[in-house]
Amino acid sequence: MEDMSRYPLELTGADVPMVRFMNVTKRYGSLTVLDSLDLDVTEGEMVTIIGPSGSGKTTVLRMLMTLETINGGVIYVDGKPLTHMAKNGVLVPADAKYLRRARSSIGMCFQHFNLFPHMTALQNCMEGPVQVLGLSKKEARARSEELLEMVGMIDKKDQHPSRLSGGQQQRVAIARALAMRPKVMLFDEVTSALDPEVIGEVTNVIRKLVSEHNLTMLMVTHQMGFARDISDRICFFFAGKIEEQGPPDALFGSPQRDRTKQFLSAVKEAD
Amino acid sequence: MSYLDFLAEHGGRYIDGTLITAAQFLLAAVLAILLALIAGLMKLSANPIAKGVAVTYIEFFRGTSLLVQLFWLFFVLPLFGITFDKFTTGFIAVGLNLGAYGAELVRGAIQSVPKGQWEASYALSMSPATQMRRIILPQAFVAMLPPWGNLIIELLKGTALVSLIAVSDLMFEARQINGSTYLSAQAFGTALVIYYVFARLLVTPFMRWLERTMRRRMGRA
Repeated sequence: MEDMSRYPLELTGADVPMVRFMNVTKRYGSLTVLDSLDLDVTEGEMVTIIGPSGSGKTTVLRMLMTLETINGGVIYVDGKPLTHMAKNGVLVPADAKYLRRARSSIGMCFQHFNLFPHMTALQNCMEGPVQVLGLSKKEARARSEELLEMVGMIDKKDQHPSRLSGGQQQRVAIARALAMRPKVMLFDEVTSALDPEVIGEVTNVIRKLVSEHNLTMLMVTHQMGFARDISDRICFFFAGKIEEQGPPDALFGSPQRDRTKQFLSAVKEAD
Repeated sequence: MSYLDFLAEHGGRYIDGTLITAAQFLLAAVLAILLALIAGLMKLSANPIAKGVAVTYIEFFRGTSLLVQLFWLFFVLPLFGITFDKFTTGFIAVGLNLGAYGAELVRGAIQSVPKGQWEASYALSMSPATQMRRIILPQAFVAMLPPWGNLIIELLKGTALVSLIAVSDLMFEARQINGSTYLSAQAFGTALVIYYVFARLLVTPFMRWLERTMRRRMGRA
């Protein structure tokens, strides 16, 4: 058993990060996917995670959404523990009720959009605010329409997902996640399932979010050019660890580690 | 005696019997659907007691004969001081039996909803109850409608067994008429036709309509 007394019940001080992974380990059986990960993301920062498949990048986002339990360490969001709760002065694994409240500050968009097929675009966006946040239909509608306008989908608000292209579905999914007013947004390979010609419409929405909103964002992507353009920091993951990280120009322009160089040149060749 | 004479003489009893069969069918169907939903959800529960109850119910009622269950409810339960009238016993037995089959349809349909739907609703911080009610069940419902159409017809035909505890349904009337007239071909032939018409012209079109409506609501018309 891990000694939990080394983890603070709350992060305090002037420079509390929006997200902190503290010594986080994730295992599937005997396979260690993430090994003692330490990662801070400050408020308003856009961090992109790159790396070969199997390096644990998607797992980082899924743990932050609490879709995956962790086997060691603690994740903090906005100074408060996300994966744990305080009990008798120490942190213990959070129960379902605590997790439900804790994860409400996090929004996520998925590779395969996962829109609710039995609801229109507008209903998809209103569902969380009405059912979870308890907003009135009127308030939820106003909020959702504003967001659908922002992602350029207001004309299609009454269409079901089956009538929308992949790019359109992903834009609705972004609006749906934003309608919950998260502090942290997670983008998990949101362009990987899209046809090349519609990738731009989704990346443009994310660009707009970065430039106009002070959201904290974590993104996993294979679009290196896009990542370089919009990220404040790139983390290169290899074998469950951060092999190298830094500002995009430094990491893409003059990578220091051999594995980073190999990965980037392999990706460049594929392009 | 022509068949028309036969109908003129016994038609009223066939109508009475058909109405009783229709009532047995509707009540048993409502009960079966409710039980299937409850047992199907319980079988997926993480709570071992809830799961155990559901598994026991499904195994018992699927694994034994409907006729024996009917006789058990009617003749054995009174020995324990529980007595229902024969009409009630009839639809309860049919509902319990078909509900056990339906529970497996409910469970299967819930599990067939893609993982991404569970994750997306979880990511919106939905409670498990809201997630089930608003996201999973509506989709599971569409997936399970076609097999339910089958089961509901099975249920209709299963109600014929209640005649054996003297519920005066369609089958009961047919047997009575056969007993008094010895016109077996007409007596049972008429009942066959009525069961078929009931299934083919009422139940099946209704289920088809429901499937179409639900598909439209899913935006896949």
